[in-house]
Amino acid sequence: MIAEAGLAALWMAAAMALLQLALGLLAVGRGRTSLGPAMVPVTIVQAALAGIAMSCLIAVFARSDLSVLIVARDSNPAMPMLYKVAGSWGNHEGSMLLWVTILAFAGATVALFESKLRADTKLATLAAQGAIALGFYAFLLFSSNPFARLPFPVQPQGLNPLLQDPGLAFHPPTLYAGYVGMSAAFSFAVGALVTRNVGPDFARAMRPWILGAWVFLTVGITAGSYWAYYTLGWGGWWFWDPVENASLMPWLAATALLHSVTVLATRDGLRAWTIMLSVLAFSMSMIGTFLVRSGILTSVHSFAVDPQRGIFILALLAIYIGGALALFAARVGTVAEGNRFDIVSREAALVVNNLILTVILVVVMAGTLYPLILEAATGAKISVGAPYFNAVAGPLALVLMLLVAAGPLLRWRSDNPRFLIDRMAPALFAGAAALVLLALLAGRTGILALLGLVAAAVVGVASVAPLWKRNLARTPLFTWGMVLAHLGCAVSVAGMACESAFTKENMVAMAANETRPVGPYAVTLLGVRQRPGPNYQALEAVVSVTRGTQGTPFQMVPQLHQFTTEGMTTNQAAIRTFWDGQLYITLGENSDGNRFLLRMWWKPFVTLIWLGGVMIALGGVLSLLGRVRRDVWANRWPWQAKPAEARA
Amino acid sequence: MRARSMLVALALIVASPASAQDYAEESLADPVKEAQAVALMDSIRCVVCQGQPISGSNADLAGDMRRMIRERLAAGDSPEQVRAWLIGKYGDWVSFKPEVKGQTMPLWLVPLGALVGGGWLVSRRLRPKVPT
Amino acid sequence: MNRKWLLWLPFVLVSALFAAFFVGLRNPDDHVIASRMVGKPLPEFVAAAAMPGQPGTATTDYRDGKPRLLNIFASWCVPCAAEGPVLMRMKQAGAEVNGIAVHDTALELAKFLGRNGNPYTRIGLDDGGRAQMAFGSAGVPETFVVDGRGNILYQHIGPVTDEDMPRLLAMVGVKP
Repeated sequence: MIAEAGLAALWMAAAMALLQLALGLLAVGRGRTSLGPAMVPVTIVQAALAGIAMSCLIAVFARSDLSVLIVARDSNPAMPMLYKVAGSWGNHEGSMLLWVTILAFAGATVALFESKLRADTKLATLAAQGAIALGFYAFLLFSSNPFARLPFPVQPQGLNPLLQDPGLAFHPPTLYAGYVGMSAAFSFAVGALVTRNVGPDFARAMRPWILGAWVFLTVGITAGSYWAYYTLGWGGWWFWDPVENASLMPWLAATALLHSVTVLATRDGLRAWTIMLSVLAFSMSMIGTFLVRSGILTSVHSFAVDPQRGIFILALLAIYIGGALALFAARVGTVAEGNRFDIVSREAALVVNNLILTVILVVVMAGTLYPLILEAATGAKISVGAPYFNAVAGPLALVLMLLVAAGPLLRWRSDNPRFLIDRMAPALFAGAAALVLLALLAGRTGILALLGLVAAAVVGVASVAPLWKRNLARTPLFTWGMVLAHLGCAVSVAGMACESAFTKENMVAMAANETRPVGPYAVTLLGVRQRPGPNYQALEAVVSVTRGTQGTPFQMVPQLHQFTTEGMTTNQAAIRTFWDGQLYITLGENSDGNRFLLRMWWKPFVTLIWLGGVMIALGGVLSLLGRVRRDVWANRWPWQAKPAEARA
Repeated sequence: MRARSMLVALALIVASPASAQDYAEESLADPVKEAQAVALMDSIRCVVCQGQPISGSNADLAGDMRRMIRERLAAGDSPEQVRAWLIGKYGDWVSFKPEVKGQTMPLWLVPLGALVGGGWLVSRRLRPKVPT
Repeated sequence: MNRKWLLWLPFVLVSALFAAFFVGLRNPDDHVIASRMVGKPLPEFVAAAAMPGQPGTATTDYRDGKPRLLNIFASWCVPCAAEGPVLMRMKQAGAEVNGIAVHDTALELAKFLGRNGNPYTRIGLDDGGRAQMAFGSAGVPETFVVDGRGNILYQHIGPVTDEDMPRLLAMVGVKP
């Protein structure tokens, strides 16, 4: 019954999305403005129905209702409750339902709280949201029904053991919230184009959504990277794998959009470009979903794949993105050009930032998609991986770091290059000092890692310079947010450079009581034992570790988990975090007799990579709070606001 | 906790005399060569498991390739010689580092085009410098 | 350039991309990594005898004018067991089949051949995948056709089926 209720709710939600689209078309297209007020309740009902459908799906997973197809396929009554619940979005159908549920809630939120926009633009925006949701409802109902029943009960297969991890519970919802936020930005852009209302007002209305989406994407990528780092068990934190690239591409576009929307909101420049970027950012999140779901690219990160569904998503993509780009081409010509700007100005720095971010995006896209295109065209198979991305995107990222340092220190409109040098002096001094220190102490390191550390020093100092000689108590929250996010960039880049330059690795076969070194540590194997887990059998090695010669010994326990139901083995790395890095030990699978394979890494300052990511996300949160608080001060909550129409 | 009560005693392991190293799973003694080997292994694609580099795969053939790479580097071959040998066996697909040739030119030309084209668009938006 | 046409550029680019996606979806990746050694002389390899009583195999065995099939297999590989009967029939038809077993042991091989029959004239045990890599073989089972002068003519990827038999037999000069 629960599954049927969920399906019914899903159909009704789809009907509401259709109604939302129809209302928008009638009110904006046909001038039936009296229909406008009906929009808000419709979006709320749609969100409620989608929420009910998702709750039903979680309920059938929690109750392990094995008569439901995807429960039997992806869950198992023996699994812990957390993974049962998370399993409801750990599969294709459930994740799509989660996607559209978040989308519906976003639509309702826009309807309830958005008061900066002209009324017709808001209606058009909500209609666009309805159209996007409608496509996903159709996809769910016609090709990926999450509530489909099995004609007879079967033996449950269980969730892919790699996905049985707390990370799974939070990773996909976070990324999806980011993707959906981008869809809101896209809807705003479509609404603004349709009603010819591209200007600072529209930019200010869109900005919180971009900020929020960007925070979620940042958190999602950071968490995903750490998840891959500790579950895959080989010490890598980024593989330039298609699925990772699929999450990086929308982030790059969103980062560019975040900066261009600031120019539009503050200086009324970059009108067409901001619209273009919102279409691009949404396209990237959709193409990301498509690439992951269609199985068109081979990836480390296993996912159920299905070419038929791929065609369906591709058709949706073609309609949305092709339609939006056609609208863009047809309408943007009528949008007056925004303000021009000086070559030495905050705007110029932001524009060049946008250019570099876009080129990095092009690099990631080219590297991810070109092998596919080449094979389709000529049959030749090539692989593009880390060596290409690092060599091509790395130098671009360094240029971007220079802009991160200089941009916030420039004035709007026009600035004097001499003053910029003055303001940059402490940062440049820090960079020079870092260079000298590294030349003296670091020994042989790659040039990219070396320049990365220097750039991190420059940005680290320059990013806090905007706070210099300011009354900190009166500095607006969004300035704090910017400072924190830019500082996070420096921290993260420093972590990446250290990891690449200073990691020490030792892979060994050891018998009990033997000792091997890794970096400054000595690792002694005490023994290996079996231990039963809830739905797996663990093989664990107990090692004793000392730092240097007289450190206090401590124990670490890397494990292998053998999942009997799924016939698969996963690696549980033992990771110990210190202030100056992480010690990472895994147990190899192919141990023979009484010698055991241990793979050991000492990764100095590797944690900075994710700490930086968290700082960037927190910066986004501060910025968002700052913007929202400003709105509150401006008395623009719905229950206080004067109607937006009156101002238009 | 249940797991603790079910803890099985440490297996007794008799230390065996060190046998020959298996370079599929063990590092080279020379840190410079080991670093070269790891860098190469990071950029060779596992032919069995498709998406992963051989440095991160548990497949037997990936282990064989790691062993071969460490042995050949220890014997004095350069990493690029070993990469070329593998490409000669399995084709370009096996290397994550695309060779620069006609077929792969778009990988560099497309970003370059984006940079140049974007630069041109940006330059059109600049205000001509007013003499002050 | 005319701004109006420039604005259509993103639309054109994205349409091209989607067309490529569509082609990609219609021709899903076959995940087959073909050897580049086809058409070239056999690589130098020595695979020592895998089991007592049956010789191993090496490059020098393939230059006596007689074309042969060289089957790369393993006792732990399920499709290898499936192609066993087909290989037996090819042997009965008069083809000479040699084998290279990868990641295997004499004991497991003896059990495997006891169950599925032994079509092989020579069986070499591959030492650490050396021969497999030298052949550019990406998995098991794979079957190489080697001519009488020691050149690799053809690579068959996956288990040999009855449909493949006439073609492979013709390549080693056996009338089915």
